[in-house]
Amino acid sequence: MPSALFYFFAILMVILAVAVFINRNPVASAMCLVGSFICLAALFIGLDAYFIGIIQILVYAGAIMVLFLFIIMLLDLKAEEKRQIRPLTFLGGMAVVIVLVFQLSTVLYSFEPGRVTLDQRPIDTAVALESRASLDEPGSIAAALERGTLPDVHLLGERLFLDYKAHLQIVGVLLLVATVGVVVLSRKRLS
Amino acid sequence: MPSLNEFLFFSGLLFAIGLGGVLLRRSLIVMFMGLEMMLAAANLTLVAFSRFNLQNGLPDYDGQVLVFMVITVAAAEVAVGLAIIVALFRTRGIAHVDELTSMRN
Repeated sequence: MPSALFYFFAILMVILAVAVFINRNPVASAMCLVGSFICLAALFIGLDAYFIGIIQILVYAGAIMVLFLFIIMLLDLKAEEKRQIRPLTFLGGMAVVIVLVFQLSTVLYSFEPGRVTLDQRPIDTAVALESRASLDEPGSIAAALERGTLPDVHLLGERLFLDYKAHLQIVGVLLLVATVGVVVLSRKRLS
Repeated sequence: MPSLNEFLFFSGLLFAIGLGGVLLRRSLIVMFMGLEMMLAAANLTLVAFSRFNLQNGLPDYDGQVLVFMVITVAAAEVAVGLAIIVALFRTRGIAHVDELTSMRN
């Protein structure tokens, strides 16, 4: 990922993130958050995490934000636009943010291992192919590595379904419980 | 080429903005957006470390599996949270944390 593209998306992401909280209109806030998440997905793709970048757009910018917009539509939030932020709250919030960013910059300034750039750590498909030679797997991962491309989805799926299969099932149960819980919470009480 | 520190800095900045937003705005919906932003910022840290911590020439996919789990849990969390907001609005007409005083006294 070239530096110019990185800075373009990173700065746009931060500007849109700030716009989420500056906007008085909740719909405009939600749309700014969508833009911020799309820029974040671009950063993920710049980090060679193609699958994560795409589900960031599909799940966050797509599904979750549509849910937000539906709820904003259901609730009548006219009063919200007129509400003023109290100055003391504003000062407190800004102080927390400034202290956090200041601490972060001082820590990162002295963090030597973090100076490494992306081109100093290139993805090496030849090494990967060699280290996987003992696995003797048929299929598309070896073929893609031989072509010199990164089979991102296959590698992530392999890790997810072989090493983390119990966790995956627990997350599945969590989603089921959440679905049932949402139905119970949002149904009308029949008295 | 951007360095690991730059990714970590922007991730931290996004987290700080999300945290500041949760503290500043008192609307339940906008506070929820701040929570989502903080989760997404943590994901950027995980993906950056996974990319820079190469294992046999490939990114460390353990980090990306964790990001996958975080996105799943965030989706479930948003669904439940918004259902609670809808239930609150329906029973009390509240969409604002300052009005949530029913547990006082």
